[in-house]
Amino acid sequence: MLINQFLFLGAILFCIGVYGVLARRNLVLVLMSIELILNAVNINLVAFGAMWHATDPANLSGQVFALFVIAVAAAEVGVGLALVLMIYRNRQSIDADDVDLLKG
Amino acid sequence: MLALLVAQNIAFYVIAALIVFGAIRVVTCKNLVHAALWLVLVLGGVAAQYILLAAEFVAITQVLVYLGAIIVLFLFGIMLTRSKTGTDTDLDHTGPKRVGAAIIGLLLFGLMGYALWDQYRDQEFGTLIVQRTAAVSDSIFSTYLLPFEVISVLLLAALIGAIVLARRD
Amino acid sequence: MNLLDKVWIVPAIMATSFLLILFFGKRAGTKATAAIGIAAVSICLVFSVVVAGQWINRVNHPPTGAALAADIKQANGLTPQTPNEVGSEVNAATTDSGETVATGDAQPSTEAQATTESQATTESQATTESQSTAAEGEHETVPPVVRTVTWFEIGPIHFEAGTLLDGLAAMMLVTVCIISLLVHIYSTEYLHGDERFTHYYAFLSLFTASMLFYVLSSNTLQMLVGWELVGVCSFALIGHWWEEKKNTDAALKAFLTNRVGDMGLIIGVVITFFAAGATSFNVLHINEYALSGGANTTLLLVGALCLFGGVTSKSGQFPLHTWLPDAMAGPTPVSALIHAATMVVAGVYLIARLYAVFFQGLGIGSSSLHYVAFIGGFTTIMGGALAFVQTDLKKVLAYSTISQLGYMVMALGVGAWTAGVFHLFTHAFFKACLFLGAGSVSHACHHTFDMREMGGLRKHMKVTHITFLVATLALAGIVPLAGFWSKDEILAGAAQGQGGGAYTLMLVFGLITAFMTAAYMGRAYWMTFWGEYRGHGTPHESPKVITVPLAILASCAVVFGFLNFPTNFFGLEIPKGLTVRFEHYVQPTFAFPAVQAIDFRPVIAIISTLLAGAGLAAAYIYYERNKGPHGLTGRNRAARAGYTFLENKYYLDTLYTDIIAADTKGPLARAAYWFNQNVLDGIVDGAASVSKKVSVFVYRDVDQLVVDGVVNGTGLVSEESGQFLRRMQTGKVQQYAAILFAGVVVLAGVLVFVV
Repeated sequence: MLINQFLFLGAILFCIGVYGVLARRNLVLVLMSIELILNAVNINLVAFGAMWHATDPANLSGQVFALFVIAVAAAEVGVGLALVLMIYRNRQSIDADDVDLLKG
Repeated sequence: MLALLVAQNIAFYVIAALIVFGAIRVVTCKNLVHAALWLVLVLGGVAAQYILLAAEFVAITQVLVYLGAIIVLFLFGIMLTRSKTGTDTDLDHTGPKRVGAAIIGLLLFGLMGYALWDQYRDQEFGTLIVQRTAAVSDSIFSTYLLPFEVISVLLLAALIGAIVLARRD
Repeated sequence: MNLLDKVWIVPAIMATSFLLILFFGKRAGTKATAAIGIAAVSICLVFSVVVAGQWINRVNHPPTGAALAADIKQANGLTPQTPNEVGSEVNAATTDSGETVATGDAQPSTEAQATTESQATTESQATTESQSTAAEGEHETVPPVVRTVTWFEIGPIHFEAGTLLDGLAAMMLVTVCIISLLVHIYSTEYLHGDERFTHYYAFLSLFTASMLFYVLSSNTLQMLVGWELVGVCSFALIGHWWEEKKNTDAALKAFLTNRVGDMGLIIGVVITFFAAGATSFNVLHINEYALSGGANTTLLLVGALCLFGGVTSKSGQFPLHTWLPDAMAGPTPVSALIHAATMVVAGVYLIARLYAVFFQGLGIGSSSLHYVAFIGGFTTIMGGALAFVQTDLKKVLAYSTISQLGYMVMALGVGAWTAGVFHLFTHAFFKACLFLGAGSVSHACHHTFDMREMGGLRKHMKVTHITFLVATLALAGIVPLAGFWSKDEILAGAAQGQGGGAYTLMLVFGLITAFMTAAYMGRAYWMTFWGEYRGHGTPHESPKVITVPLAILASCAVVFGFLNFPTNFFGLEIPKGLTVRFEHYVQPTFAFPAVQAIDFRPVIAIISTLLAGAGLAAAYIYYERNKGPHGLTGRNRAARAGYTFLENKYYLDTLYTDIIAADTKGPLARAAYWFNQNVLDGIVDGAASVSKKVSVFVYRDVDQLVVDGVVNGTGLVSEESGQFLRRMQTGKVQQYAAILFAGVVVLAGVLVFVV
C-alpha cells in the first residue's frame, strides 16, 4: 500500500470537515465536522506511525499520538456540547448566525 | 504476498469510499440524526483503516471512545437542544457561503494534495509490523509518561468544566 | 618765596572760593558769602602785586648763563628748533645734561642748575656769547617763567598743563584782581536783597578763577579751556535775573554768538599746532616756530585768521559784536567786570600772546593783508556810530566798549603791540569806572538806565558825577588822563607803521572815532548829569560801598597813564628809568617778533586832543544848549533813513536771526518733520500693517486650513476607516473560521510553492 493512499484519505476527510465547519448552521453539526477533521488527522498520524514502525520497531509514537488526539477530541466534544447546551439554554437557538453578540 | 497486498488495497479502497461517502453525507445531510448516523459510519470506517495499518489498539480505542461515547454524546446533545427531528432546511448556510466554503475546501485539498504527491509520490509502506498493545502501553508509561499525565489532567479539567457549564442552577 | 614758580596758586585760591561759596554759601548767608569772595580776591590781589613785583625784579636782574639756559629749556618745552644762538646753545646744553622734563615745582630748575653748573666751564664761553648777542636789543632776553606738568605724550606730540608768567600775564593778573575786588565790594550793595546772591558770588569767583587761569595758560589747549569757562560764566551772569525772558535771550545770544567764533578758535588752535611742527601746543614753542621761518606760511595765515575768528566774537569785533549790547541785561557790576574790563579783552590777549603767529602769518608790517587792522578800525567806527542812537546809558557804554576793543585790535593789527596792550590796561579802569558809575546812577534813579529819565544828577550825586566825568574825559582822550596816552600811542602806531609805510586808513578811522567817542560820551554825560531831573522822586548819592570803588577807579584812570610815558615828549628830558616803564616790563622779549617801538608824534597828539575837545564841545552845544539841527530826522528823508539804519544796528540782528538762522532751521525742521511723518511713521505703520496681513494670512490659511485640516483629517481618517473596518466584525464564528482557513491556504501555498 502506498503511503499516499492514507494521506490522501486524510486530506479528503480534512477538507470535507472544513467544508462542514464553514457551511453548517447547526452548532452540533459543526462539532461533528470538527470530529471529521480530527479523525483525518488521526489517520495521518497512524499512517506515519506505521511507516516509522516499519523501520524502527521501538518507535510507537504514531499510535501514542493518535491515542492522545482521541482523548483530547473526547474532552473537546464534551466541553463543546456543554457550551452548546448553555447557548441553547440562554438563547433558545443553536443557530450559528444567532451567536453574533460580539459583532462590531 | 501479492495477494495480501491486493486484498489490503481492495479493502482500503472500499473502506475509503465508504468513509468519504459518509463524510459527505455528514456535511450535507438535512437530517440531524441522519448526520450523526453517517458520522458513525465514518468513524467505523476509520477504525477499520487503523486495522489495515496494523494499529490494533488505536482501532479498538477508536471504536470504544468515538463510536461508543462521542456519538452518544452527540445524540444527547441533539436531544437536549430540541433540534427538529426529521428534515430540516435550516441546517446549512445560504448559497454564497456554501460556495465560499466549498472553494476554500477545494483549495485546501488541492494544496495538500500537491504537497503530498510532491513528497511521497510512490512510497510504499513495506512490511507492516503489528504494533502490539503491550508495546504501546510500554511506550505510554515510559517514554510518553508526561503527556499521559497531562492528558489525564486535561480530561479531568474537561470533565469538571463540562459539569460546571451544564449545571442547572 | 618765589611766587613766579607757584603762580598757579592765584587761580586756585579763586577756585577754592568758588567751591566754598557753592557748597556752603546758602547756609552761611549773604554776608559770609561776600566775605569769602572779597577775602579770596584780596589775597589774589596781594599775590598778583607780589608776582608783578617779582617779575619786575626778574626783568631788572635777568637770569644768565646756566639759569638762563634752564629757563629757556623749560619755557618752550620740547621744542627742537629755536632761531637764535641762545637756542642753539640751549640744545647743546640739554643734550649734555640729559633729560630734565619739567615737573610742577621749582625743584627741576635747581636740579638743572646743579647739573649744568658742572659743565659751566665748557659753557661759559657760550653764555658770554649769548649775553652779548642778547644785549643787541634794548634789554636782555628775559624768558617767561614757565612751569608745566606733562599730561601725556603720544609719540612726538606732547600734552602739558602749566603756567606761563611774563609781563603781559602779570599785568593781566593785577588788572583782573583789582577790578574783580572792586566789583565784589560794589556788588554787596548793588545786589543787596537779591534772591540769588550766593549764586552770583559763586559765579563771580568762578569767573575770576577762569580769567586768571586763562591769562596764566602756557599752551593753547589750556587757553581754550579758560576761554570757554569765562564764556560759561558770562552766560550765567548775564542771565542772572532769568525770570525775564529778555535776560535769558541775551545770555543765549551771548553764548551762541561766542560759539560761532569759537569754531574759528578751535580750528585755529589745531592749525597752529600743525603749523608749529605738530609736537606741542606750548605758546612759546608756537611763537618760536612761527618766527623761525620753519612754519608753513599758508598754515600760519589760515591759523591766524581762524584764531581771529574767535577774537571777533569774544572781543566784539564786526560782525560778531551783536551780543555785547544785549549782554547789558545782566547786573551792572557784571557788565563792568566782564564786558568792559576782562572777558572781552580775552580775544585781545590771545592776539597779544600769540603775536608771532599773527605777525608772521598776516604779514604785519609788510605791504600785504591788513585784515586784523581793518576789522579793528572798522569796528571802532561802527561801534561809535551806533552809540549815538542809544537812550540806554549802559548800551552807550557797551558800544563804546566795542569801539575801544576795535582800537586795541587795530593797534595790534598795525604792529603797535604795546599800544594795544596799554590801551587794554587803561581802558579796563576807566570803562569799569563808567559802568559802575552808571550802576550808581541807576541805583539812585529807581533802577532805570534810560537817559531820558535822568538829568541834573550832578547836584545830587557828587562823587558819582566827579568820577564819571573823570572817566569820560579819560575815555575821550584828554591829556593828561590815561586814555590820552594809550589812544595816542595807537594813533601814532598807525601813522608810523612797521617799516612798510603808514596805515593811513586806520589812522583816519582812529581819528574819526576819537571825535565820535568824545561826542557820544559827552552826549551821555550831559543828558545824565546836566539839565533838569526828568524822573520821579529825588535821587540821592549811593552809599560808600559804591562810591569808594568809583573813586579808586577814577584815580587809577588818572594815574596809570603815566606808566608808559613816552621817551620823547615834546623834547622833555626825563631820566631813562622812568619812561616807557609799561613797555619795558610788559612787552615780551622772548619768542617775540621784532616790532618797532612807537615814537611819540606831537602832531598826532595835538590833532587827537583837538578832535576830542571838539567832540565834547559839539555834544555840549547840541545836547545841552539844544542848538544845531534838531529834528533833522523828521524833515530829511536821508537823515531818517540813516537814523533808522543805525537804530536797527545795521540790520545785523535781522540778518543773523531772521535770515541765516531761520532759513537754516526752517527748511531743516520742515524736512525733518516730513521725514518723520512720512518715512519713519511710514516704515512703522507699514511694518505694522504687513505683520497684521501676515498674521491674518497665517491664521486663516495656514492655521485654520492646513494645520487644523491635518489634525482633523487624521481623526477623520481614523474614524472613517474604523467605521469601515467595523463591518468586518460580524460576530459570526464561522466567518472567522472561513477567514482563518483561507489564510491557512494562502500561507500554506506560500510555504509550499515559494519557500
